[in-house]
Amino acid sequence: MKCHHCEKPAVFHITELTGPEPQELHLCEDHAREYLSAPAGPEPSTASSGEDASKNKIGDTAQELAKLDQRACPKCGITFYEFRQQGRLGCPYDYVFFEQELEPLLFNIHGQKQHTGKRPSSGASTTGRHADLIRLRREMQEAVEREDYELASRIRDEIRQAEGTEPGPSQ
Amino acid sequence: MKFVRRKGPNQVHLNRRYANVNLDELVGRCGEWLRASGPEADIVISSRIRLARDLAEFPFIRQCSEQDRVALERHVRQRLLSLPAFQGAWPIDVAALPALDRQFLVERQAISRELRDAQGARSVILGEGETFSVMINEEDHLRIQVMHSGFDLQPAWEQINEIDNQIEKHIRYAFHDRLGFLTACPTNVGTGMRVSVMLHLPGLVLTHEIDRAFRGLQKMSLAVRGLYGEGSQAMGDFYQISNQVTLGKTEEELIAQVAGIVPSLIEYERIARRTLLEQSARELHDRVSRAYGILCTAKTISSEETMDLLSSVRMGVNLGLLHDLQIPTINQLFVQTQPAHLQKLNRQELGTADRNEARARYLQQRLKSDLTEGPQDKPR
Repeated sequence: MKCHHCEKPAVFHITELTGPEPQELHLCEDHAREYLSAPAGPEPSTASSGEDASKNKIGDTAQELAKLDQRACPKCGITFYEFRQQGRLGCPYDYVFFEQELEPLLFNIHGQKQHTGKRPSSGASTTGRHADLIRLRREMQEAVEREDYELASRIRDEIRQAEGTEPGPSQ
Repeated sequence: MKFVRRKGPNQVHLNRRYANVNLDELVGRCGEWLRASGPEADIVISSRIRLARDLAEFPFIRQCSEQDRVALERHVRQRLLSLPAFQGAWPIDVAALPALDRQFLVERQAISRELRDAQGARSVILGEGETFSVMINEEDHLRIQVMHSGFDLQPAWEQINEIDNQIEKHIRYAFHDRLGFLTACPTNVGTGMRVSVMLHLPGLVLTHEIDRAFRGLQKMSLAVRGLYGEGSQAMGDFYQISNQVTLGKTEEELIAQVAGIVPSLIEYERIARRTLLEQSARELHDRVSRAYGILCTAKTISSEETMDLLSSVRMGVNLGLLHDLQIPTINQLFVQTQPAHLQKLNRQELGTADRNEARARYLQQRLKSDLTEGPQDKPR
């Protein structure tokens, strides 16, 4: 779906309940920011105290969104803001960690919420050992970047141990 | 596991490392999907299905360190090459290929433009006869694709499903109970499946009916793209129809959705061609003959003009306005007259002007040999 104001894809889906009728808005990152942080309403000359209150509410929403944006996946470290910037998630666990944020987006794209197609014989794999391996790989990388090779080597052993429970790649 | 395969005079040693593939071997031939051997091949060029798959224990590609990418690529490649479906397949180290060779694989539809332009460890495994390929470390860890000639979705699905089943016994896919297969982009989540049918629709373009024929596809959540997928132009009157939604429908339902619209589009195209024959036969015949004439005699010709003229010639052959030319030859020429193929054929890098000259020479040679060899000529 395209943004109401430009050609970019709409990543914000806002239902405005401040007017007499609910209003659906689909906006790109830039226009959503502009909309949510606008200091004045569309008709400043007729602003009433009710509209001031609604502006405050919108201000609160912008703050909440900013807070949401900073939440980082404990496994791969990606923030929701980064996801919205690049349109790609960081790891499979993001679908669990950002479930609430992703749900309206997925419904908007697919019009459905439930997979009905084929399933791998080994079943689900988004949590537990597999997600921990993603975290360990990130921590090892961070240790290498800090030149903390002792820690990096300890984490590498942990990765090998975790991979050992089923055939996995060797580093 | 090691095995040796004889390939012409040279022995090609294949093991779980990269094959010693000489891409020049591929230049003179084409993938089976271009042989026009499948159903409705006069209008449907190919049927393609791709599955996006990611490993459960690695971050998605963008979040991978280079070390992760290297480990992941090696792990996936080694696992895949030990599977029965991959016997005789060629693993190619895309990261080590020169830019020209990467573009060559794009033109053959063996890899995506995204894999061509990506950084770091990445590869493709080409199945025998180029009926399938698996890209490793593209947007998703694995992009499995199967291409068949003509309107042949069900067999394509059976083939890719078997490949996928073999892989998932050895590789733990990222899978969520409710959301299905998890992919780097939420637009692919669920089945991870894109079903595409490539159609040649010059009749609808000439009669200005193409927009009307496509109207309504959007409402059915179907996308229309050009020859090389997303963002590419509809060169040579080729259009790809594919599903947009991947979640909430079974693989069979997604195939049925795309397959359901194709017979109507084929019918519209046939009606358009009939109308052209009935109402403007002279102009049509003239257009086709001129196109053929230019292709046979030009001294320099651009890729775009070639596609445009080949499109007219292809329709002309299908309508019986041109004789002795073979559709598989024309299909191949669409690919082999593209820049990287021409340079590989000439065994040197060529600038635009030299390419246009080489293209004109190559077209004359191929069209002439098709005439002399006649219908017995079967492309390799």
